[in-house]
Amino acid sequence: MSTSSNNSAPMEARSAQARRPRGTKVRRQRVKAAWLFLAPMLIALTLVAGWPLVRTFFLSLTDASLSDLGAANFIGLENYLIYEDGRWYGVLADPIWWRSVWNTVYFSVVSVSLEVIFGVIVALILNAEFKGRTIVRAAVLIPWAIPTIVSAQMWAWMLNDQFGIINHLLMTVGIIDDPIAWTASATYSMWAVIMVDVWKTIPFVALLVLAALQMLPKDCYEAAEVDGIHPVRVFFKVTLPLITPALMVAVIFRLLDALRVFDVIYVLTSNSTSTMSMSVYARQQLVEFQDVGYGSAASTLLFLIIALATVAYLYLGRNKIKLGGD
Amino acid sequence: MNQRQLAKIAKRVGFWALVALIMVYAVFPFYYAVITSIKPSSDLFRVELWPSTWNLDNYAQIFSQSSFVRAIFNSIIVAFSVVFIALLLGITASYALGRVRFRGRSTVMLVILGVSMFPQVAVLSGLFEVIRALNLYNNPAGLILSYTIFALPFTVWVLTTFMKELPMELEEAAIMDGATPWITITKVFLPLMWPAMATTGLLAFIAAWNEFLFALTFTLTDAQRTVPVAIALLSGGSAYELPWGPIMAASVVVTVPLVVLVIIFQRRIVSGLTAGAVKG
Repeated sequence: MSTSSNNSAPMEARSAQARRPRGTKVRRQRVKAAWLFLAPMLIALTLVAGWPLVRTFFLSLTDASLSDLGAANFIGLENYLIYEDGRWYGVLADPIWWRSVWNTVYFSVVSVSLEVIFGVIVALILNAEFKGRTIVRAAVLIPWAIPTIVSAQMWAWMLNDQFGIINHLLMTVGIIDDPIAWTASATYSMWAVIMVDVWKTIPFVALLVLAALQMLPKDCYEAAEVDGIHPVRVFFKVTLPLITPALMVAVIFRLLDALRVFDVIYVLTSNSTSTMSMSVYARQQLVEFQDVGYGSAASTLLFLIIALATVAYLYLGRNKIKLGGD
Repeated sequence: MNQRQLAKIAKRVGFWALVALIMVYAVFPFYYAVITSIKPSSDLFRVELWPSTWNLDNYAQIFSQSSFVRAIFNSIIVAFSVVFIALLLGITASYALGRVRFRGRSTVMLVILGVSMFPQVAVLSGLFEVIRALNLYNNPAGLILSYTIFALPFTVWVLTTFMKELPMELEEAAIMDGATPWITITKVFLPLMWPAMATTGLLAFIAAWNEFLFALTFTLTDAQRTVPVAIALLSGGSAYELPWGPIMAASVVVTVPLVVLVIIFQRRIVSGLTAGAVKG
């Protein structure tokens, strides 16, 4: 009676070709149950994700305001771009929007690159056998668990221009002569934001890479050691290619997170244009300026940018993985 | 001592220095927050690595604010409800996705992955409308509802990967005995899924506890806020005189439960994070 054997592929083929009444009945019952079980989740996701997304897009075509969402008029693409009295208006004509796009891209590329580099280093360390490794691993996880708001506040305090420990240390060592206004200055505030984000998310990258490292075959390394190959060379020739798939996954997760960044920037530098991200921009329009139509247009653009980035990344990544396999 | 031994020692020293550096880097900001939080306000602006005098005034101050206590209470309710709902809907959905082959399965998986990745701001205005329509604005229940957007896809995804790994024979035996799918889930799989559920529950708890954007947007009054918003707005007063002592005390209060959870369950958390990303 073990028609549904351990190997699932033949089972599927068999049920598709020669449908035996008994198997079909159980199968049909199971498929029905499956949809029944999925229904609550699908309904919940439609309610909180699907429908709101559609509505956001629709609202972006109206002049809705937060105080009275019901009284919205359809205005087409005016929130995005419109030419009126010799000037361009709309999100796409707003220099602050483009500034926030640039800020977001800059933030994402720099912080994800730093996180990957440091994450790999931390993972390599944690992959070595040494006493107290568990304690170090737990310690490394702490920044990840701390709420973003809290880490932003902690760093804001350490980066405080007058009483912060970081300026104090840098001045004691003699790297700087005058305190730096980390979170207020246009030059340094983006670096302050990146610093906090990198600190918080290295653990995530490190743990993903560590998991990949622990699955690597030991014999390659033994062979390399016997042949007397330099460890750095082994890392670039053996380890790195083998953990590339895991790294790609870590990068896409982090990149998608970074492109929608909000918390760190909002708490650390508020609505300052020198660090404003797309999410901060959209929320400011939506909530503070009460302009739901305009804010929704920015949200929709943000969604499209992220969707495009994801598709492009997956497409490029697929090619890369294939090339690596050839 | 020859050169080779020297190189070996240098390597060991370098290694431990790196370990120490990583430890300090990871823990120092939290440590510094703890120190700041126990400093008397007169000492606050003296930079030091070890407090010369200390007291718990800052803690007394934040706990005497009813809005902060209320925020902790709200956060606890929201986080536990989110975990409960996500696990309830997640376990049945993951059974369907992990154990049953049906048409449209991979589409559903793709949708789930898509939802878990899209930006929260993209649904902000639409969700605001939904929450208002349901009369849940400025109500923790509205937050519970909106948090399913990130808790649920993630829970389903991870539970499905765990569910797939359970042996086929278990389910076959149950089917042979005439068990319905519901019985199979509750009597056969549920007891085996506890570790996976603990892992995902933990991660969902942390995510809900830390969430900020929705909590900031969908609540209005102090009594309805969650802790992250309460902490962010503690600084809202004046731009020059931030109450750093109380802010750090509140930060420590919010973070300590998470740090304890991480230290106790680090193995589980690691397995959940990597299952969600690598195996997915």
